[in-house]
Amino acid sequence: MIMSLGPYASFIVTSYAAAALVVAILIGWIALDYRNQTQRLRELEERGITRRSGRSALDAS
Amino acid sequence: MTLIDLANPTRFLALTARVLPWLAAATVILLAIGLYQTALAPDDYQQGATVKIMFIHVPNAWLSMFVWGVMSIASLGTLVWRHPLADVAAKAAAPIGAAFTFLALLTGSLWGRPMWGTYWEWDARLTSVLILFLMYLGLMALWRAVDDPSRAARAAAVLTLVGALNLPIIKFSVDWWNTLHQPASVMRMGGSALDKSFLIPLLVMAIAFTLLFVTLHLAAMRNEILRRRVRSLQMMQASRVAFSSEMGAASRGQNASKEAGAA
Repeated sequence: MIMSLGPYASFIVTSYAAAALVVAILIGWIALDYRNQTQRLRELEERGITRRSGRSALDAS
Repeated sequence: MTLIDLANPTRFLALTARVLPWLAAATVILLAIGLYQTALAPDDYQQGATVKIMFIHVPNAWLSMFVWGVMSIASLGTLVWRHPLADVAAKAAAPIGAAFTFLALLTGSLWGRPMWGTYWEWDARLTSVLILFLMYLGLMALWRAVDDPSRAARAAAVLTLVGALNLPIIKFSVDWWNTLHQPASVMRMGGSALDKSFLIPLLVMAIAFTLLFVTLHLAAMRNEILRRRVRSLQMMQASRVAFSSEMGAASRGQNASKEAGAA
Protein backbone atom coordinates (compact mmCIF):
# COMPACT_ATOMS: atom_id res chain seq x y z
CA MET A 1 0.00 0.00 0.00
CA ILE A 2 1.47 3.38 -1.01
CA MET A 3 0.39 6.28 1.18
CA SER A 4 -0.93 9.29 -0.66
CA LEU A 5 0.25 12.43 1.11
CA GLY A 6 -1.41 14.92 -1.19
CA PRO A 7 -0.06 18.26 -2.44
CA TYR A 8 1.81 19.02 0.80
CA ALA A 9 3.78 15.77 0.90
CA SER A 10 7.11 17.63 1.08
CA PHE A 11 6.06 19.37 4.34
CA ILE A 12 4.98 16.06 5.91
CA VAL A 13 8.08 14.14 4.80
CA THR A 14 10.40 16.97 5.91
CA SER A 15 8.75 17.02 9.35
CA TYR A 16 9.24 13.28 9.90
CA ALA A 17 12.76 13.32 8.42
CA ALA A 18 13.76 16.23 10.68
CA ALA A 19 12.38 14.44 13.75
CA ALA A 20 14.25 11.25 12.81
CA LEU A 21 17.48 13.20 12.22
CA VAL A 22 17.31 15.14 15.49
CA VAL A 23 16.51 11.99 17.50
CA ALA A 24 19.38 10.15 15.75
CA ILE A 25 21.77 13.02 16.58
CA LEU A 26 20.65 12.93 20.24
CA ILE A 27 21.17 9.15 20.47
CA GLY A 28 24.55 9.36 18.69
CA TRP A 29 25.74 12.23 20.90
CA ILE A 30 24.77 10.40 24.12
CA ALA A 31 26.38 7.14 22.94
CA LEU A 32 29.61 8.93 21.94
CA ASP A 33 29.70 10.86 25.20
CA TYR A 34 29.37 7.58 27.15
CA ARG A 35 32.26 6.08 25.19
CA ASN A 36 34.42 9.18 25.79
CA GLN A 37 33.78 9.29 29.54
CA THR A 38 34.41 5.56 30.09
CA GLN A 39 37.62 5.79 28.02
CA ARG A 40 38.87 8.80 30.04
CA LEU A 41 38.10 7.00 33.31
CA ARG A 42 39.95 3.89 32.15
CA GLU A 43 42.99 5.98 31.14
CA LEU A 44 43.04 7.71 34.56
CA GLU A 45 42.75 4.40 36.40
CA GLU A 46 45.56 2.91 34.31
CA ARG A 47 47.76 5.79 35.52
CA GLY A 48 46.97 4.75 39.08
CA ILE A 49 44.47 7.52 39.84
CA THR A 50 41.63 5.83 41.73
CA ARG A 51 38.73 6.94 43.90
CA ARG A 52 39.29 7.28 47.66
CA SER A 53 37.10 4.21 48.18
CA GLY A 54 39.50 2.28 45.97
CA ARG A 55 36.62 1.10 43.79
CA SER A 56 36.69 1.54 40.05
CA ALA A 57 35.02 4.74 38.82
CA LEU A 58 33.23 2.57 36.26
CA ASP A 59 31.89 0.32 39.01
CA ALA A 60 28.10 0.31 38.99
CA SER A 61 27.51 -2.60 41.37
CA MET B 1 15.92 -0.46 46.25
CA THR B 2 14.12 2.55 47.76
CA LEU B 3 13.92 6.04 46.30
CA ILE B 4 16.44 7.28 48.88
CA ASP B 5 18.94 4.68 47.65
CA LEU B 6 18.91 6.37 44.25
CA ALA B 7 20.54 9.42 45.87
CA ASN B 8 23.69 7.34 45.72
CA PRO B 9 25.22 7.79 42.22
CA THR B 10 26.74 4.29 42.24
CA ARG B 11 23.34 2.70 42.98
CA PHE B 12 21.80 4.95 40.33
CA LEU B 13 24.36 3.70 37.78
CA ALA B 14 23.52 0.12 38.71
CA LEU B 15 19.82 0.82 38.21
CA THR B 16 20.33 2.48 34.82
CA ALA B 17 22.49 -0.42 33.63
CA ARG B 18 19.59 -2.79 34.40
CA VAL B 19 16.72 -0.60 33.19
CA LEU B 20 18.10 1.10 30.05
CA PRO B 21 17.92 -1.91 27.66
CA TRP B 22 14.28 -2.55 28.61
CA LEU B 23 13.35 1.12 28.26
CA ALA B 24 15.07 1.34 24.87
CA ALA B 25 13.24 -1.77 23.65
CA ALA B 26 9.87 -0.47 24.88
CA THR B 27 10.53 2.89 23.17
CA VAL B 28 11.36 1.25 19.84
CA ILE B 29 8.27 -0.99 19.97
CA LEU B 30 5.92 1.88 20.91
CA LEU B 31 7.43 4.18 18.26
CA ALA B 32 6.95 1.45 15.63
CA ILE B 33 3.30 0.95 16.68
CA GLY B 34 2.73 4.72 16.72
CA LEU B 35 4.27 5.25 13.28
CA TYR B 36 2.21 2.36 11.86
CA GLN B 37 -1.00 3.84 13.30
CA THR B 38 0.05 7.27 12.02
CA ALA B 39 0.44 5.86 8.50
CA LEU B 40 -3.03 4.29 8.72
CA ALA B 41 -4.75 7.38 10.17
CA PRO B 42 -7.28 8.92 7.78
CA ASP B 43 -6.88 12.36 6.19
CA ASP B 44 -8.62 15.24 7.93
CA TYR B 45 -11.60 16.65 6.06
CA GLN B 46 -10.07 20.14 6.08
CA GLN B 47 -6.33 19.62 6.41
CA GLY B 48 -5.97 16.50 4.28
CA ALA B 49 -2.79 14.48 4.90
CA THR B 50 -0.99 17.39 6.62
CA VAL B 51 -2.77 16.30 9.81
CA LYS B 52 -0.05 13.63 10.01
CA ILE B 53 2.39 16.35 11.12
CA MET B 54 0.29 16.59 14.31
CA PHE B 55 1.49 13.13 15.41
CA ILE B 56 5.05 14.37 15.84
CA HIS B 57 4.41 18.07 16.46
CA VAL B 58 2.13 17.63 19.48
CA PRO B 59 4.29 15.05 21.38
CA ASN B 60 7.34 17.29 20.90
CA ALA B 61 5.41 20.36 22.03
CA TRP B 62 4.16 18.51 25.15
CA LEU B 63 7.65 17.28 25.91
CA SER B 64 9.20 20.72 25.47
CA MET B 65 7.17 21.84 28.51
CA PHE B 66 7.31 18.51 30.38
CA VAL B 67 11.12 18.47 30.28
CA TRP B 68 11.26 22.00 31.72
CA GLY B 69 8.84 20.80 34.42
CA VAL B 70 11.21 17.91 35.23
CA MET B 71 14.12 20.37 35.35
CA SER B 72 12.13 22.66 37.68
CA ILE B 73 11.49 19.79 40.13
CA ALA B 74 15.20 18.87 39.91
CA SER B 75 16.08 22.52 40.59
CA LEU B 76 14.00 22.41 43.77
CA GLY B 77 15.98 19.29 44.63
CA THR B 78 19.20 21.26 44.14
CA LEU B 79 18.17 24.35 46.09
CA VAL B 80 15.99 22.90 48.86
CA TRP B 81 17.03 19.28 49.46
CA ARG B 82 20.55 19.45 47.96
CA HIS B 83 19.95 16.05 46.43
CA PRO B 84 23.21 14.79 44.87
CA LEU B 85 21.53 13.74 41.64
CA ALA B 86 19.22 16.76 41.27
CA ASP B 87 21.68 18.95 39.35
CA VAL B 88 22.81 15.93 37.32
CA ALA B 89 19.15 15.35 36.33
CA ALA B 90 18.56 19.00 35.37
CA LYS B 91 21.79 19.35 33.41
CA ALA B 92 21.24 16.08 31.52
CA ALA B 93 17.66 17.02 30.61
CA ALA B 94 18.43 20.44 29.10
CA PRO B 95 19.85 19.42 25.68
CA ILE B 96 17.10 16.82 25.26
CA GLY B 97 14.44 19.41 26.09
CA ALA B 98 16.06 21.86 23.68
CA ALA B 99 15.94 19.23 20.91
CA PHE B 100 12.23 18.54 21.53
CA THR B 101 11.45 22.26 21.59
CA PHE B 102 13.37 22.78 18.34
CA LEU B 103 11.36 19.96 16.75
CA ALA B 104 8.09 21.43 18.06
CA LEU B 105 8.99 24.79 16.48
CA LEU B 106 10.21 23.26 13.21
CA THR B 107 7.32 20.85 12.67
CA GLY B 108 4.84 23.54 13.75
CA SER B 109 6.35 25.86 11.18
CA LEU B 110 6.15 23.17 8.48
CA TRP B 111 2.52 22.54 9.45
CA GLY B 112 1.75 26.25 9.54
CA ARG B 113 2.92 27.02 6.00
CA PRO B 114 0.25 24.95 4.18
CA MET B 115 -2.48 25.55 6.83
CA TRP B 116 -2.00 29.21 7.80
CA GLY B 117 -0.07 30.35 4.75
CA THR B 118 2.99 31.32 6.79
CA TYR B 119 5.94 29.57 8.43
CA TRP B 120 6.04 31.99 11.34
CA GLU B 121 3.85 34.52 13.10
CA TRP B 122 4.83 36.52 16.17
CA ASP B 123 1.77 35.42 18.10
CA ALA B 124 1.65 34.51 21.79
CA ARG B 125 1.97 30.71 21.50
CA LEU B 126 4.76 30.65 18.94
CA THR B 127 6.71 33.45 20.63
CA SER B 128 6.43 31.93 24.12
CA VAL B 129 7.70 28.56 22.79
CA LEU B 130 10.58 30.34 21.04
CA ILE B 131 11.43 32.00 24.38
CA LEU B 132 11.39 28.52 25.99
CA PHE B 133 13.86 27.30 23.34
CA LEU B 134 16.15 30.28 23.97
CA MET B 135 15.97 29.63 27.73
CA TYR B 136 17.11 26.02 27.14
CA LEU B 137 20.08 27.32 25.15
CA GLY B 138 20.83 29.93 27.83
CA LEU B 139 20.84 27.29 30.58
CA MET B 140 23.17 25.04 28.59
CA ALA B 141 25.51 28.00 28.06
CA LEU B 142 25.40 28.81 31.79
CA TRP B 143 26.43 25.27 32.78
CA ARG B 144 29.33 25.46 30.31
CA ALA B 145 30.40 28.96 31.39
CA VAL B 146 30.84 28.27 35.14
CA ASP B 147 33.72 25.94 36.02
CA ASP B 148 32.64 25.02 39.54
CA PRO B 149 29.70 22.56 39.20
CA SER B 150 28.10 23.48 42.55
CA ARG B 151 28.06 27.22 41.70
CA ALA B 152 26.73 26.48 38.22
CA ALA B 153 24.08 24.20 39.75
CA ARG B 154 22.68 26.90 42.04
CA ALA B 155 22.62 29.58 39.32
CA ALA B 156 21.03 27.19 36.83
CA ALA B 157 18.43 26.07 39.39
CA VAL B 158 17.35 29.66 40.06
CA LEU B 159 17.17 30.41 36.32
CA THR B 160 15.16 27.22 35.72
CA LEU B 161 12.62 28.10 38.41
CA VAL B 162 12.25 31.64 37.04
CA GLY B 163 11.84 30.17 33.55
CA ALA B 164 9.08 27.86 34.81
CA LEU B 165 6.85 30.96 34.89
CA ASN B 166 6.80 30.67 31.09
CA LEU B 167 5.06 27.25 31.22
CA PRO B 168 1.55 28.50 32.16
CA ILE B 169 2.04 31.37 29.69
CA ILE B 170 2.66 28.83 26.90
CA LYS B 171 -0.24 26.62 28.00
CA PHE B 172 -2.82 29.39 28.32
CA SER B 173 -1.48 31.73 25.61
CA VAL B 174 -4.13 30.47 23.19
CA ASP B 175 -6.88 31.39 25.69
CA TRP B 176 -5.46 34.68 26.95
CA TRP B 177 -4.56 36.18 23.58
CA ASN B 178 -5.95 36.12 20.09
CA THR B 179 -3.57 33.77 18.27
CA LEU B 180 -3.28 31.89 14.99
CA HIS B 181 -2.64 28.72 16.95
CA GLN B 182 -5.69 26.59 17.72
CA PRO B 183 -6.84 26.23 21.36
CA ALA B 184 -6.29 22.98 23.31
CA SER B 185 -8.08 20.07 21.66
CA VAL B 186 -6.85 17.04 23.63
CA MET B 187 -6.51 18.04 27.28
CA ARG B 188 -9.48 20.31 27.87
CA MET B 189 -12.67 20.55 29.89
CA GLY B 190 -15.37 18.36 28.36
CA GLY B 191 -12.94 15.81 26.90
CA SER B 192 -10.92 15.62 23.72
CA ALA B 193 -12.22 17.27 20.56
CA LEU B 194 -10.28 14.78 18.43
CA ASP B 195 -11.83 11.76 16.76
CA LYS B 196 -10.55 8.38 18.02
CA SER B 197 -8.89 7.70 14.67
CA PHE B 198 -6.55 10.66 15.39
CA LEU B 199 -6.53 10.56 19.19
CA ILE B 200 -5.25 6.97 19.59
CA PRO B 201 -2.18 7.32 17.30
CA LEU B 202 -1.47 10.69 18.91
CA LEU B 203 -1.53 9.23 22.43
CA VAL B 204 0.64 6.26 21.38
CA MET B 205 3.17 8.64 19.82
CA ALA B 206 3.06 10.87 22.93
CA ILE B 207 3.78 7.89 25.21
CA ALA B 208 6.52 6.68 22.82
CA PHE B 209 8.23 10.10 22.81
CA THR B 210 7.90 10.32 26.61
CA LEU B 211 9.58 6.91 26.92
CA LEU B 212 12.24 8.14 24.49
CA PHE B 213 12.86 11.11 26.78
CA VAL B 214 13.08 8.89 29.90
CA THR B 215 15.54 6.56 28.13
CA LEU B 216 17.74 9.37 26.81
CA HIS B 217 17.56 11.23 30.12
CA LEU B 218 18.74 8.24 32.16
CA ALA B 219 21.56 7.62 29.65
CA ALA B 220 22.57 11.31 29.74
CA MET B 221 22.48 11.31 33.58
CA ARG B 222 24.77 8.27 33.59
CA ASN B 223 27.17 10.19 31.31
CA GLU B 224 27.06 13.24 33.57
CA ILE B 225 27.88 11.15 36.67
CA LEU B 226 30.85 9.62 34.82
CA ARG B 227 31.94 13.12 33.64
CA ARG B 228 31.98 14.31 37.28
CA ARG B 229 34.03 11.27 38.29
CA VAL B 230 36.51 12.09 35.51
CA ARG B 231 36.71 15.65 36.83
CA SER B 232 37.32 14.59 40.43
CA LEU B 233 39.97 12.04 39.39
CA GLN B 234 41.69 14.70 37.24
CA MET B 235 41.68 17.10 40.22
CA MET B 236 43.13 14.32 42.38
CA GLN B 237 45.83 13.75 39.75
CA ALA B 238 46.60 17.48 39.58
CA SER B 239 46.91 17.74 43.37
CA ARG B 240 49.24 14.71 43.43
CA VAL B 241 51.42 16.29 40.75
CA ALA B 242 51.48 19.60 42.67
CA PHE B 243 52.31 17.80 45.94
CA SER B 244 55.14 15.74 44.41
CA SER B 245 56.66 18.80 42.68
CA GLU B 246 56.52 20.73 46.00
CA MET B 247 58.22 17.83 47.76
CA GLY B 248 60.84 17.69 44.99
CA ALA B 249 61.53 21.42 45.29
CA ALA B 250 61.81 21.15 49.09
CA SER B 251 64.27 18.24 48.95
CA ARG B 252 66.35 20.05 46.31
CA GLY B 253 66.42 23.09 48.61
CA GLN B 254 67.58 20.95 51.57
CA ASN B 255 70.31 19.33 49.45
CA ALA B 256 71.50 22.72 48.25
CA SER B 257 71.73 24.07 51.82
CA LYS B 258 73.61 20.91 52.94
CA GLU B 259 76.08 21.35 50.07
CA ALA B 260 76.50 25.04 50.95
CA GLY B 261 77.13 24.07 54.60
CA ALA B 262 79.70 21.44 53.62
CA ALA B 263 81.49 23.93 51.41
